[in-house]
Amino acid sequence: MNELPQQLVNGLLLGSMYGLVAIGYTMVYGIVQLINFAHGEIFMIGGFGALTVYLYVLPDGTTMWIALPLMLLGAIIVATTVAVGAERFAYRPLRTAPRLAPLITAIGLSLALQQAVWAWYPEAKQSINFPEIEGGPFKIGDVTIQTGDVFLLVAAPISMAILAFFVMKTRTGRGMQATAQDPDTAKLMGINTDRIIVVAFALGAVFAAVGAVAYGFKYGQVQFRMGFILGLKAFTAAVLGGIGNIYGAMIGGLVLGLAETMATAYIADVPGMEQLGGQSWANVWAFVLLILVLLFRPQGLLGERVADRA
Amino acid sequence: MPGKGLLIVRQRSLIAITAALAAGALTLTACGSRDDDGGSDSGSDGTTVVIGVDAPLTGELSALGLGIKNSVDLAAKTANKDKTVEGVTFKVEALDDQAQPSSGQQNATKFVADKDVLGVVGPLNSSVAESMQKVFDDAKLTQVSPANTNPALSQGTKWNGGTKERPYKSYFRTATTDAIQGPFAAQYVFNDAKKKKVYVIDDKKTYGAGLAATFTDEFKKLGGKVVGTQHIDPETKDFSAVATQVKSSGADVVYYGGEYPQAGPLSKQIKAAGVKIPLVGGDGIYSADFVKLAGAAGTGDLATSVGAPVEDLPSAKEFVANYKTAGYKEAYEAYGGYSYDSGWAIIEAVKKVVEDNDGKLPDDARAKVTEAMQNVSFDGVTGKVSFDEFGDATNKQLTVYSVEGGDWKAVKSGTYTG
Repeated sequence: MNELPQQLVNGLLLGSMYGLVAIGYTMVYGIVQLINFAHGEIFMIGGFGALTVYLYVLPDGTTMWIALPLMLLGAIIVATTVAVGAERFAYRPLRTAPRLAPLITAIGLSLALQQAVWAWYPEAKQSINFPEIEGGPFKIGDVTIQTGDVFLLVAAPISMAILAFFVMKTRTGRGMQATAQDPDTAKLMGINTDRIIVVAFALGAVFAAVGAVAYGFKYGQVQFRMGFILGLKAFTAAVLGGIGNIYGAMIGGLVLGLAETMATAYIADVPGMEQLGGQSWANVWAFVLLILVLLFRPQGLLGERVADRA
Repeated sequence: MPGKGLLIVRQRSLIAITAALAAGALTLTACGSRDDDGGSDSGSDGTTVVIGVDAPLTGELSALGLGIKNSVDLAAKTANKDKTVEGVTFKVEALDDQAQPSSGQQNATKFVADKDVLGVVGPLNSSVAESMQKVFDDAKLTQVSPANTNPALSQGTKWNGGTKERPYKSYFRTATTDAIQGPFAAQYVFNDAKKKKVYVIDDKKTYGAGLAATFTDEFKKLGGKVVGTQHIDPETKDFSAVATQVKSSGADVVYYGGEYPQAGPLSKQIKAAGVKIPLVGGDGIYSADFVKLAGAAGTGDLATSVGAPVEDLPSAKEFVANYKTAGYKEAYEAYGGYSYDSGWAIIEAVKKVVEDNDGKLPDDARAKVTEAMQNVSFDGVTGKVSFDEFGDATNKQLTVYSVEGGDWKAVKSGTYTG
């Protein structure tokens, strides 16, 4: 059996998830030049939001056709509320402070959110099982697609399309572009930059929430630490693609996902590289790739499209 | 000004990378300590002896860790109730190591600093034990692990080359080593389950890699074929690439050296990829949480674990009943019986020391207790408890369990005789 097509699909799926979370990093960075390290936790809290809807709001045995949209809605509401709250109470008071202050606030907030879920969400001290979608898996030639992956497969491109449309065509979207280019001038032109910043945080949270629901279905569980590693990976994806560029975030995510999967699957087959292969080395190869990209293109893969930054 | 723009971007990505590294480092150190159970207060009548417990009480492995803590607590309470050692009240102080070697070492230092601590039960993880052994040995404070199975901990790093040498005199364990567990599993998989082609996966940790290696050696010796190996990253939950490789390798069984937080999703993802072959692991996956995480597809997965099933031992009936009566929130899990016996071994050693010293604790109580440990012998929950010249349990019983109907069922008990 030729496993390459399956591995490519595995990599693309993983990459789509990185991309969804990377959007939040890149958008906030593009507008306020803040690396929002709490974004991984926004993702995690979105996952718990969806779980809460399923476990405590919906009656037992609700079919997935009804449960899924409501879980998604729950995830989005919880993640957006936390993200906007964080912006209002943690970041806005520091808007004019030196760059390091909000960065450290973000790290603190990330830990605080993790610990809050750990301490107060029932049974969150261990992994909690996420509901599963019945049916599947689907086979296309050599490629098997899990039922849980179908959501990600559908949701990621649709979300991307909506985002691109929003940023390019709507008034608020153009306001975001303007604020990204020059906040002061944008303000003078009558754009409410405070509102734009809130919108950027909220949009990032929405995408993280979609990613979190996809994570839950894909891996069948959520845990309080799931945002940490995934957040770092997503941030790496954002840098790889060119931080500040929304298309870059998606491309960066896909490249990173593919790189990790390919490294896991094939590096060990290269003669003399047996010791450096396997999944435990996949992160190393992913970062080697990041360093190489940054050496030759310091602005990231799509970093030069400054005009599109949003 | 394109030049200037580029420069700004370059600085930004530099800031970005620095920030990422800083965040990583910060978050990792911040995981250090979370759950301290406070200091010890000396009892008003008689002497108070503290038995320390070090185990992961939070995080993914906490199901096993809390079982250890409760079981030792039960041993101490039983000793106090029965006045096993006249004039001595036992108290348990549990510290959380989060399955991190660095936290384990900090905890070890804390135990050493508290002069009331005369023995420590734990840890769960062999990698954590490695970081604690020297601290305890320097203080001559005895340590009994109910769960460490890596042979090097008691027999030195060259244990497989014929020169066994005990590195630390203060280290004991009631669990069997992987030098027996791995081959025992290999014999079962090859002879009883009739699987000939194995795909071996481990998590590169002390326990997982060691177990996978002893399994592989014996499996090859028996005539089985290793069709692939893979080392997973325990921080991730995405094993799709690995599952695809297992599928194309044509293996009829997967052996996993590691613990249940990864083994559960791994088993699930392998089955989801369309490979309906059992995953076999060691005592690290023998937990109710494995069954929960692996889901319905986990039926037929196998695990070996130390000792005979506690529920079936006549000697364990009392323990099981007392555990229920004591009303602990969490189950005693895989190591409950061994933890109770570990705690009890310390109690027996303290008893010997106190009796030899006219009913009082001597000044060098720690060294004396460690000495006494070597000769401890009693009928415990899991059978006869005593230690050989390396500090390993003389009881080398193992059991194969299989997932059936959403729970682990004992399939076969025995030991590996070479």
